[in-house]
Amino acid sequence: MAVTGAVMVLFLVGHMLGNLKIFISRDSFNDYATALRTLLEPLAPYRTLLTIVEVVLAVSVVLHIWAAISLSRRAHAARPVKYAAKKSQAGGYATHIMRYGGVTIVLFLVWHLLDLTFGVVNPKGPVSTPADRMIAGFDPSRWWMTLIYLVAVVMVGLHLRHGIWSAFQTLGWANRNRYKALRTGAALVSAVLVIGFLAPPLAITFGVVK
Amino acid sequence: MNLTLKVWRQSGPSDSGRMVKYRVEEVSPDMSFLEMLDVLNERLILEGDDPIAFDHDCREGICGMCGMVINGVAHGEQVATTTCQLHMRHFEDGATITIEPWRAAPFPVVKDLVVDRSAFDRIIQAGGFVSVPAGSAPDAHSLPVRKEDADSAFDAATCIGCGACVAACPNGSASLFTAAKITHLSLLPQGQPERLSRAKAMVDQMDAEGFGGCTNTGECTAVCPKGIPLDTIAQMNSDYLKANAK
Repeated sequence: MAVTGAVMVLFLVGHMLGNLKIFISRDSFNDYATALRTLLEPLAPYRTLLTIVEVVLAVSVVLHIWAAISLSRRAHAARPVKYAAKKSQAGGYATHIMRYGGVTIVLFLVWHLLDLTFGVVNPKGPVSTPADRMIAGFDPSRWWMTLIYLVAVVMVGLHLRHGIWSAFQTLGWANRNRYKALRTGAALVSAVLVIGFLAPPLAITFGVVK
Repeated sequence: MNLTLKVWRQSGPSDSGRMVKYRVEEVSPDMSFLEMLDVLNERLILEGDDPIAFDHDCREGICGMCGMVINGVAHGEQVATTTCQLHMRHFEDGATITIEPWRAAPFPVVKDLVVDRSAFDRIIQAGGFVSVPAGSAPDAHSLPVRKEDADSAFDAATCIGCGACVAACPNGSASLFTAAKITHLSLLPQGQPERLSRAKAMVDQMDAEGFGGCTNTGECTAVCPKGIPLDTIAQMNSDYLKANAK
């Protein structure tokens, strides 16, 4: 969970920084998308690095889900008889929605790839520039789409709030002197990612970016 | 105080069990939770009923025998308190109290609120020891131990093995117990030679017993009557990963 999660967090940081290019211009955003595909050229063929990243991410997603399912199965096996009354003593909404939140994020991921990567469910269709798909996708008339992204991104943020410091604990790098910094750091990174990911869609829907 | 209890009754391991309601009257607020159950049991015996079985021994919070889930919280809502040290003054007059045994597959119910915690003994047998002639207590200054290590080892060593961590964990994980035992020995000089093999053997035994995995929810440390800190689990993970990397 920790290692695959870390891979995905690093990806999210890059993804967010890339998205912000839309605030410069459509061309800047498109150029960035092209650059991702032409990186390493002429040393390696078109799309080499991007394909490697995609494979690593896909493997991470699968292993992360596999780990989550096996943890969940072990948990169910370890408590066959449920409590009649159970009260949580450790606060933390984020901690308790990791599994449902994870399912929500997977569902969103499928939609997100169909929408902005493959363009299948995007108004501009598959044959269009990335910037066109993004701006058309969050058009003010499609405010409900922005709402879906808002909920999904907040879910990702909550997932990371627990996930980031938890990864340090799992890998044995946490201790009592670091907990405060780790928890604050996790909350900070989550908040930055949520804001960074929501800025473009909100700006488009409210007509700031056209 | 007058109370209504909803208690888990199960005549034996093969019985399916059920919640049974009891009225307990004239409870003194100065009684401990177990004394309140003693009062009920005396009445049940006089009425010819089977008394409620529950584990207990020292009744001063140091043996780790007692433990039940009270109103959904292991050892009740009072922080850092065993069931025997929980007093009735913390409950409202007229309250309804739900009492259940620890719920975990590796802790099968023996009867009513008594569970079999032999799984913990087997985790200890797997590696919770030092294979050196320890002899009598050495002079305090003969074997230097850093103050921080001594404090952390002592914090971990206060684990009484009651099983509340397992009961509270949404995953039914025994990580806090196992981590406390591993940390206690792995921070002290006597524990160094077997440090990594111990972590591996104990964690593998914990998994083999059928306990769940840790997802760092922190429910365990919140109910632990001895306040075993969560970073013992990080220490265990660190030793376990190093043992597997070898």
